[in-house]
Amino acid sequence: MTLRRSFMKWGLGLAAGAATRSFAQAPATKYAPMFPVEKDAQLRLLRWSGFIKADEEAWNANSKKFQEATGVAVSVEYITWEDVRPKAAMAANLGTGPDLVMGWYDDPHIYPQRLVDVSDVAEDLGKRLGWYDVARSYGYSKQLKHWIGVPIGGTVQALNYRISWMKEAGFDKFPDSIDGLIKLSRALKGKGHPMGFALGHAVGDGNAWTHWWLWAHGGKAVEADDKTIAINKQETWTALDNVRELYAQMVPGVASWLDPNNNRAFLAGEVSITNNGISIYAAAKKDFPQIAQDMDHANFPVGPVGKPTELAVFSQAFIFKYSRFPNAAKEYLRFMLSPEQAEPWVDAMNGYVTPALKKYRDLPVWTRDPKTTPFRDGIARMLPNSYAGSPGQHAAAALADFVVLDMFADATVNGLTSKDAAKRAEGRLRRIYR
Amino acid sequence: MAAGRLSLALDRGAWFGPALVVPAAALLGLLLAYPLGLGVWLGFQDAKIGAPGTFIGLENYQYLLDDPVFRLTALNTALYTVVTVALKLALGLGLALVLNQRFAGVRFWRSVLLLPYVVPTVLSAFAWWWIFDPQFSFISWALVKLGLIRHNIDFLGDSWLARGSLMVANIWRGTPFFTIGYLAGLQSIPTDVYEAAQIDGARALRVFREITWPLLMPLTVILTTFSAIFTFTDFQLVWTITRGGPANATHLFVTLAYQRAIVGGAMSEGAAIAAVTLPALGLLAYAALRAIRERA
Repeated sequence: MTLRRSFMKWGLGLAAGAATRSFAQAPATKYAPMFPVEKDAQLRLLRWSGFIKADEEAWNANSKKFQEATGVAVSVEYITWEDVRPKAAMAANLGTGPDLVMGWYDDPHIYPQRLVDVSDVAEDLGKRLGWYDVARSYGYSKQLKHWIGVPIGGTVQALNYRISWMKEAGFDKFPDSIDGLIKLSRALKGKGHPMGFALGHAVGDGNAWTHWWLWAHGGKAVEADDKTIAINKQETWTALDNVRELYAQMVPGVASWLDPNNNRAFLAGEVSITNNGISIYAAAKKDFPQIAQDMDHANFPVGPVGKPTELAVFSQAFIFKYSRFPNAAKEYLRFMLSPEQAEPWVDAMNGYVTPALKKYRDLPVWTRDPKTTPFRDGIARMLPNSYAGSPGQHAAAALADFVVLDMFADATVNGLTSKDAAKRAEGRLRRIYR
Repeated sequence: MAAGRLSLALDRGAWFGPALVVPAAALLGLLLAYPLGLGVWLGFQDAKIGAPGTFIGLENYQYLLDDPVFRLTALNTALYTVVTVALKLALGLGLALVLNQRFAGVRFWRSVLLLPYVVPTVLSAFAWWWIFDPQFSFISWALVKLGLIRHNIDFLGDSWLARGSLMVANIWRGTPFFTIGYLAGLQSIPTDVYEAAQIDGARALRVFREITWPLLMPLTVILTTFSAIFTFTDFQLVWTITRGGPANATHLFVTLAYQRAIVGGAMSEGAAIAAVTLPALGLLAYAALRAIRERA
């Protein structure tokens, strides 16, 4: 306790006594908090566990720095990324639990009234470091007209491909159009190297590529008014007609793929192209150096709409109103996302998570290994999962229910016509958005 | 003299019995009946996670009856339960009959047989997930190597194969429940009945049909009922292996309820899906209780 109090004094800018000075690791410059941090504050953060160990190590080190700077101890609970949503929702419902959460996608928009207004943090960070457009749509509540989440970033996906096989199929560089991708896939299959995208209930990979494909053809679940269901339209039918062509080039078995399947298949040399975060490459560098050498990444090609339409798994942090230390929590987020802390953290993650702040585009992590570079731009190239509507309960339910992904599976694996598949999705969306 | 009156009251059986039941009943009420009632009540509302709902009567159920995914799930659940319970019963009984014989190592085999039931379901689910993997299934690998098939079997990608594969995993896991139950049952049948039949010259099949099977009947009802309840509410196998995919071909009521209520936030709709299981479970529980009473 004495330790924390003495740091508190220091953090609040009071005269540093002999006791404080004896803690040698204290940073040279004093940290000036933006908010009046509550006395004796301590925080509980619930967040997704790191995709690599270095993430958690860097995050914990930064949290410790925060304690040294402000006296606020932060205990971090790491859980599997898919478990954050139900746990955070429970905390929101019960009014007790962690002070702040690093959640996913629509989370803060499901219970916006229960969250602290974080406009000051978001605007401060935005002014200094610049939010991507998509970050604003995830963090800002149109309903309450203030920020309810502080965007963190996303696990960006890219197309992973085998360089030598692509060349063998007669392509010098990876195509940047959907037509080109279909042509390449056909040529690859002809050479005995089919590609594979997940069509099972793969929360990350399956949702990512099907939404990209739908949006790339101009399709969307809902209009910007969040009311008019827009799925059963020509653009969607075209997207589904087109995807059958791609599906024909895929390796058998994609219908049941969950998130880990494509990693295994790619590393075993069973597929030539798949969509994934940087984890396949990381695993290859560790255990399959010859594959790491022969693989590269490309951003998802652009479709008929003529602009990128990607979907990354997006994370943002939010603070519950029941927290006794909202100022400490806000200060913590501001501290963690400021360059002194965020830079080493992003660096340590090696491309797993792309920050929502534009400034971090310039970090060396994105160019040190050129194969990492496509992941740098994923947040700039993405649309919110709620597109063309706004994040919220409805969009969350549609994503959780695999409405778009199942529509693609219906049109390919289940052999439904494009119109029937779209009609089925429309029925479900009508219910969700009623 | 309050204490005196209390002890007087407790001396009467009509008071004492119920008084003893109160703590247990309160516990059951608080931990089981109350949440159950709350769940049913939630099914008549339009609550979302983080937003309390209003009463909307049967609207959720009306919608579900029209929802192709729900109807598919109902079919899946019925099929899954009926097929696996029937096969588990047959296999379990067969194994019990074998293990009821005397042969070398019978104790060893009896304990080995329990393993599928003892291994945590999530672990065995992962093992089955690998066994059914579209790329790396050892079954496919072996059959391809033997030249019996040319391509890997798409165990979990084809709707019917996926249902069948999950059923196999469930049967593997649930058969020991029947075996152990029947083994106990077989050993409690008095040997003199069999001896009498032998003296009369009855053949094995006839002995089974006229003695063993009728005597095992009450036990069969109990085992079947409990197994049906476990199967009906099987969550882990499905959630680990397919998540209800491909295209909802393997969703059961419980997995769909979880997906919609907890992951998707549609609490009331999920509660309604879960509540649909109650009449069937209630009927099964009633059958089990009756069978137990008749046996006692």
